Amino acid sequence: MSILFVLIPLSLGLVAVAGWAFFWAVGNGQFDDLGSAAWDCLRDDD
Amino acid sequence: MTRCFHCNEPLQGSTLTARVDDRARPVCCHGCLAVAELIADTGLSDYYRLRDAPGAKPEPAATGADPWAALTRPEISAQFTRRTGELDSATFVVDGMRCAACGWLIDRTLKRIPGVAEATTNGATGRTRVSWRCAESSLGDVARAIAQLGYGPHPLSDAGALELQQAERRDALKRLLVAGFGMMQVMMFAVATYSADLAGEIMDAPLLEFFRIVSLLVATPVVFYSAEPILAGALRNLQTRTIGMDLPVAVALLLAYGASLWNTFRGSGADVYFDSVTMFIFFVILGRFVQMTVRHRTTGVTDALARQLPACAHRVNGDDVRDVPLAALERGDVVLVRPGEVLPADGELLDSQASIDESLLTGESAAVRKRAGDRLAAGALNVGNAIRLTVTAVSGNTTLSHIASLLQGAQTQRPRLSKAADLAAARFLKLVLIGAGLTCASWLVADPSRAFTATLAVLVVACPCAFAIAMPAAVSAATAQLARSGLLLSRIDALETLARIDRVVFDKTGTLTHGDVALGRCATLGRHSEYECLKIAAALEVASEHPLARAFARFGNNMRAEQVRTVAGAGVEGTVDGKVYRIGTRDFVAMLRGVPAPSVATEFSGTVVTLGDADGELALFELRDVPRLSARFAVAGLSELGIATEILSGDDRTAVATLAAHCAIDQFVYRQSPAQKVAHVQSLQAAGHCVAMVGDGINDAPVLAAADVSIAMGRGAALAHASADMVLIGDDLACLPAAIRLARRTLRIARQNLVWSAVYNFGALPLAAFGLIPPWVAAIGMSLSSVAVVLSAARLLPRAETRDVGEQSPQAVLS
Repeated sequence: MSILFVLIPLSLGLVAVAGWAFFWAVGNGQFDDLGSAAWDCLRDDD
Repeated sequence: MTRCFHCNEPLQGSTLTARVDDRARPVCCHGCLAVAELIADTGLSDYYRLRDAPGAKPEPAATGADPWAALTRPEISAQFTRRTGELDSATFVVDGMRCAACGWLIDRTLKRIPGVAEATTNGATGRTRVSWRCAESSLGDVARAIAQLGYGPHPLSDAGALELQQAERRDALKRLLVAGFGMMQVMMFAVATYSADLAGEIMDAPLLEFFRIVSLLVATPVVFYSAEPILAGALRNLQTRTIGMDLPVAVALLLAYGASLWNTFRGSGADVYFDSVTMFIFFVILGRFVQMTVRHRTTGVTDALARQLPACAHRVNGDDVRDVPLAALERGDVVLVRPGEVLPADGELLDSQASIDESLLTGESAAVRKRAGDRLAAGALNVGNAIRLTVTAVSGNTTLSHIASLLQGAQTQRPRLSKAADLAAARFLKLVLIGAGLTCASWLVADPSRAFTATLAVLVVACPCAFAIAMPAAVSAATAQLARSGLLLSRIDALETLARIDRVVFDKTGTLTHGDVALGRCATLGRHSEYECLKIAAALEVASEHPLARAFARFGNNMRAEQVRTVAGAGVEGTVDGKVYRIGTRDFVAMLRGVPAPSVATEFSGTVVTLGDADGELALFELRDVPRLSARFAVAGLSELGIATEILSGDDRTAVATLAAHCAIDQFVYRQSPAQKVAHVQSLQAAGHCVAMVGDGINDAPVLAAADVSIAMGRGAALAHASADMVLIGDDLACLPAAIRLARRTLRIARQNLVWSAVYNFGALPLAAFGLIPPWVAAIGMSLSSVAVVLSAARLLPRAETRDVGEQSPQAVLS
C-alpha cells in the first residue's frame, strides 16, 4: 500500500495541471459561446 | 402552399424567383430576392442547408438616402468604435439572428469586406464583434453589410456591461471547477475510508493520517476560493444585521472546516468532514451558477427592449423627410415622429398638441397631453397623431440613461412565487439558527461529546438551498425552451399567469392575418374618380401606422393632407386642398356630415373602409388580408387545452365573421373601439376568466395592458411591444398552445420542487437535531435534494429534435 504515498501526490499534480488548463481555457474565452463552434468546420478561409 | 425560400412566409402571389445553387427558388418580395441572391452570389448558399430557422425578412428599404451613410462619418462612428493601432473595433447587437447558422453567415459576409480583419458572432447572445483597418473600411460599411443580409445591426456604444457579464461568468466557472475537482478528489479518499470502516477493516494509521492531510490540502482552496463569495456574503449579512442564505451556510462551512482542521492536527483519529464541506460548497455554487445563467438570459430580453429605441429618425428638412440613423441627429434638427413610434431624442414639441406615453420612463402608463413648446423625452412613445419636434439633446446625454437604469431594474426582478419562496426561506433560516443553538445547548447538557456533530448536522441538513433554487431552476429551463420555440418572455411573472389562462382573445389584423393589407376592390359613389379617391386616401393615411393604412401607401403622391387627426378605432380626418375629408368606419365618416350612415348594400366580404367629405360618402374600399396559416392550428391546439378563443376587432361584422369561420373561432366581437376592447376584456375578467390577449397594432396597447397576459407579435408596433409580457418573435401563433402547456408543466414542476424540498427540510431537521444523522449523511442529503430539484427542472429544457426547415443542426445547442 505504500505505493499510494507516491501515486496520490502524483494525482494531485495532475489535478493541478488540469485545473491550470481549464483556467487558461476559461480565460481564453473557450466557454463563452458553446453554440457557434459547431459551425467553425465550415470556415473556408482559414 | 409554396413559401418564400428565404423567410418561409407565404408567397402571396409573388412570382419572383432567386437563383440559388442553380435552381430557381420562389421568394416573396424584392428584399428576400436581394438577400438570397447576395448569399448565393458570394458562395454562401450553404447557409440554407445549415440553418434551423427561416431567415430574417428584410425591412422594406427606406426611401431615399442610404441610412448608413452617417455611420461612415468619423465623428459619428467614434462613439461606437474603439481604436487600437490602425484597427477599429465595434460590437453590434444584431436583430433577427435566429440560429447559429445566422452567425456563420454574418461572419463569412463581413470577412469579405475589404479591410475587415476579424468578425466573431456569438449566436448565444446575438452580438457581433468586428474589427477593421480604419483606412480601408468604416462602421457604416460593416453595418450596411449586415443590413443587406436582412438583419438589423445596432452598434453598441457601451460594450462594458457585456464584458462585465462575461467576466462574471468566467469567474463563476472557475470557482465551480475548483469546487468540482476538489469534491471528487476528497470524495475518493473519503469513500476509501468509509468502505474500510464498513468492511470492518482497520486502515494503517499513517495512511489514514496521509489521507487527512491530502484532503485538507485539496479542501482548503475550495473553502477559501470557491466559497469565497459565500463567506463574503455572510460577512455582509453580519455587517448589515440581516439573515440571508449565506449566513448559516458560512457558519456550517467554517464550523466543519475548523473542526476537521483541528482533528487533523490533533491526530487523535477523530472524524474529519472535508468530504461534506467540499460537496456542500460544490452544490451551493452550482445552484448559484444556474441562477446567474437565468439572470444573464433575461439581459438578452432587456436588449430586445433597448432595441425598441428607433435605429433611425425621420429628419425634416423643409418638405423633405429623410430617415437618418439616430447617431446622425444633432441639436436643433426637426424630426417627425409618426403615431406608435418612439421619440428618438429629447426635444421641444412644435405641433400644437400631442399625446405621449412615458411609461418607459415614469412607469405611468396613461398617455400625457403635451402642448407646443413642452419638453419631450427620448424613449417615450407617441400615441397620438404624427408630431414634429426640435431636438434639444441627442442620444448620449438624454433620458436614455434613465431607461438603462429602468432596464437594469427589470433585469433583477424575480418571479412572485420565487420571492415568496425567498421570504419563506429567510424565516426558515431564523428558525434553523435558533434550532441549531437549542440543539447544541441540549446536547451539551445530555451528552457533550455529540453536541458538535449534531449541531453541524442541523446546520447542513437545514440549508434550504433546494427550496431557494426550486423556482429559478424551473423558470430558467422554461424560459430557454420558450425562447427556442419563438416566444420571448419580457416579464417573468407572466409565465405563472400564462399557466392559468382559460381564454385567449385575438386581435384580427396583423395577428390572425398577416397584416399586409392589399386593396381588393374600390367602389366610387360618383362625385370623384377612383384615381382621385385613392390619392386623397393615400394622403390621409400617409402619417398613420394603422395596419390598414399601409394598403394605400403605394398610391402616395405629391398630394398632402394637413391638420391630420387620428381617432383610434374610427379613422383619420384631414384637410386636402382645403377640403375636410375623413377615412375610416362608415359611422365615423357619416358623422362629418352629421347624419347617420345610410345603408348601402355592397357585396364586399372583406374589411370595408369608407372615404367621405362633408357632403357624404365618396368611395368604399375593400381591403383584403391573408389569414395566417398558423392561426387555425393555434386555435385547434388551444381548444384541445380547454381554452376558449375569441376575436376582438374594430372591423365590420362580415370581415370578422369570415375570418372567425376560417379559423374555427366560435366567438367574435366586432366594431370595437380601443376603450370598448378594454371594457370587454375587463368584463371577461370580472366574470372570472383569466385572459390572454394577442395583438400587434398600436390601438392594441391599452387592451394588451388590461389583459392578464399580453402577447405581442414580433413585427408589431413598438408600442405594443412595450406593454406586452411576451413577444412572439417568429410571428408563429402555433407555438401558443405549446407555450401554455409548457407554462403549466413549469408551474407543476416548480410546485413539486417546492413541496419536495420543504418536506425534506422539515423532515430531516428533527432527525438531525436528535443526532440521528451524521454530518456526512446530512451533506449528501442536502446535496441530493438540490440535485433532484435541478434535474427535475431540467425536464423542461429543450430537447434535440428534428426541425422542418433545412437539415438538422450539427448538435443541439444547449444555451
